[in-house]
Amino acid sequence: MTQTDDTTPRTVPIQSETFSNAVNAEIRRAAETGIYDIRGGGAKRRVPHFDDLLFLGASVSRYPLEGYRERCETSVTLGGRFAQKPIELDIPITIAGMSFGALSGPAKEALGRGASAAGTSTTTGDGGMTPEEREHSDKLVYQYLPSRYGMNPNDLRKADAIEIVVGQGAKPGGGGMLLGQKISDRVAEMRTLPKGIDQRSACRHPDWTGPDDLEIKILELREITGWQVPIYVKVGATRPYYDTALAVKAGADVVVMDGMQGGTAATQDVFIENVGIPTLACIRPAVQALQDLGVHREVQLVISGGIRNGADVAKAMALGADAVAIGTAALIALGDNDPKWEAEYQKLGTTAGAYDDWHAGNDPAGITTQDPALAARLDPVDAGRRLRNYLKVMTLEAQTIARACGHNHLHNLEPEDLCALTMEAAAMARVPLAGTDWYPGKPGF
Amino acid sequence: MQTYDLEADGLRGLNAALHAQTNQTRWEIINPKGSHAIAVGLDAPIDVTVKGSTGYYCAGMNQQATVRVEGSVGPGVAENMMSGEVIVEGDASQYAGATGHGGLLVIKGNASSRCGISMKGIDIVVHGNIGHMSAFMAQAGTLVVCGDAGDALGDSLYEARLFVRGSVKSLGADCVEKEMRPEHLALLETLLERAGADAKAEEFTRYGSARKLYNFDVDTSAAY
Repeated sequence: MTQTDDTTPRTVPIQSETFSNAVNAEIRRAAETGIYDIRGGGAKRRVPHFDDLLFLGASVSRYPLEGYRERCETSVTLGGRFAQKPIELDIPITIAGMSFGALSGPAKEALGRGASAAGTSTTTGDGGMTPEEREHSDKLVYQYLPSRYGMNPNDLRKADAIEIVVGQGAKPGGGGMLLGQKISDRVAEMRTLPKGIDQRSACRHPDWTGPDDLEIKILELREITGWQVPIYVKVGATRPYYDTALAVKAGADVVVMDGMQGGTAATQDVFIENVGIPTLACIRPAVQALQDLGVHREVQLVISGGIRNGADVAKAMALGADAVAIGTAALIALGDNDPKWEAEYQKLGTTAGAYDDWHAGNDPAGITTQDPALAARLDPVDAGRRLRNYLKVMTLEAQTIARACGHNHLHNLEPEDLCALTMEAAAMARVPLAGTDWYPGKPGF
Repeated sequence: MQTYDLEADGLRGLNAALHAQTNQTRWEIINPKGSHAIAVGLDAPIDVTVKGSTGYYCAGMNQQATVRVEGSVGPGVAENMMSGEVIVEGDASQYAGATGHGGLLVIKGNASSRCGISMKGIDIVVHGNIGHMSAFMAQAGTLVVCGDAGDALGDSLYEARLFVRGSVKSLGADCVEKEMRPEHLALLETLLERAGADAKAEEFTRYGSARKLYNFDVDTSAAY
């Protein structure tokens, strides 16, 4: 064997794709602490998404609308199937359910202010309805969750709609967790639990199982509220065709489908990254279910999970959704992960844009915290203004695209307006690969 | 006394009438025939008697009212009750008193599984036996069982108080037998009297949370 010396060419160190630095760090962390990693937010892994779709725009075969002269409507009505008072929104972008407890009081107030100023709805979360969010939300959707923390018929009757939460995209099949450090006196009182304990939220409802029971539960809620307000059913995206069909069968007015990029306040990282399907993959099967049952547009479909801009809104609606919901993006608009707090993110061992320890209660931006000093950093009026602006921009962006495709209402966007950049996106969205008339699974090929 | 024929006049009319703020304070519902959602969402100090058995969620989310069922009830009787009283002369199916925040639920027969699941302040007195997984994740309030309890009583229990006169097939995670102190005997005597139960407080055993699962610990992870 020949002896090597300093001049002998050598291989460069190669990091393993399988055992990457991030993977190895997690192994060491688990070995040291003996507990799985809990974090907030949705899936961070790369998955097929709206970025993998493009609009075709107008051409010889279609003519566009003049952007500054011809109107493009944005209103949407949710819940007209059975409710006597469906929700009328100016824009098809709603605020997803996020709890007081997970979020600070000022953050909840800001969500209500911003949504109301933009003409849309906001949603309560685990833990019930606070007077502040009811006061600042013109249209408030009351979540009916497995834990029933803070569940109160008086609040139920104050709601503009009821959302029965079966699951959420970040953790379909999983319950919730609010760690003890965020259980302030007020949060503990609202949830009827001791201060400082880790609060587990059940993964399934305590008094019904399965679609036949759900139908009876919906009947009960309608009887209590006099058939006045819409009832949504929210599911985490897993089996979108069947879940949508069963929700419709059970009597839902609105189906909310949340993809795996949808955020959570606190769940195991392994759950967030490995359970559920991408938002892009759940829309067409859900729409198909509605069409097969003859209720597309009669039962509205709200899509959430990774909606960031007007293009995402327009793409979701072109695929058949009636509206979208945003959570993570709304928090960013309020000020979450803002680089102005970089020095404090560094102290927490992270960086702006990557901060996801929403369960820990140390949020420098004052949003995912119950610490009074941190929460005071968020001005609900100013944060509400930012959210309102952001919602307006998203709407303008979606209108711009719709006009370019020749539509005078966002609801007129259709799959034929789209093409896909990748095979995966083409298969999931069931729109042709760009420059072709083919997508995987297309009948006749 | 106002009599309402549920079979003839329908559920919507019944609940609308019970929700209306009128001078009528005593109601009798005939021909319930196992219907669901009877007398739900009441919020007035009225007395309602159901002459027969009911389906799911009878007296759900009750406030102030007294609802008496002269028969048996389906799943979720008095679910999420806030106040008032619900008395069942017969047996109750699953989830009796689930998530209830207040008031008194009396079941004079037996209650099935998950009785008092996630209860948050309600008092429940069962004259007979209860099924498995009862008081699962129960947060607050009192569950009194004059008969026997099934498997996994009080699993993942929080601060609810459990009293059983008969045998307990097994205790759930973090549920333990506890000392019966004078204040517990006094509480029990009051509830037994209010529920019309023929039992003595001294005959009962108290169970509660060991509070070992309140904060995650890897050394107890198998219990979760």
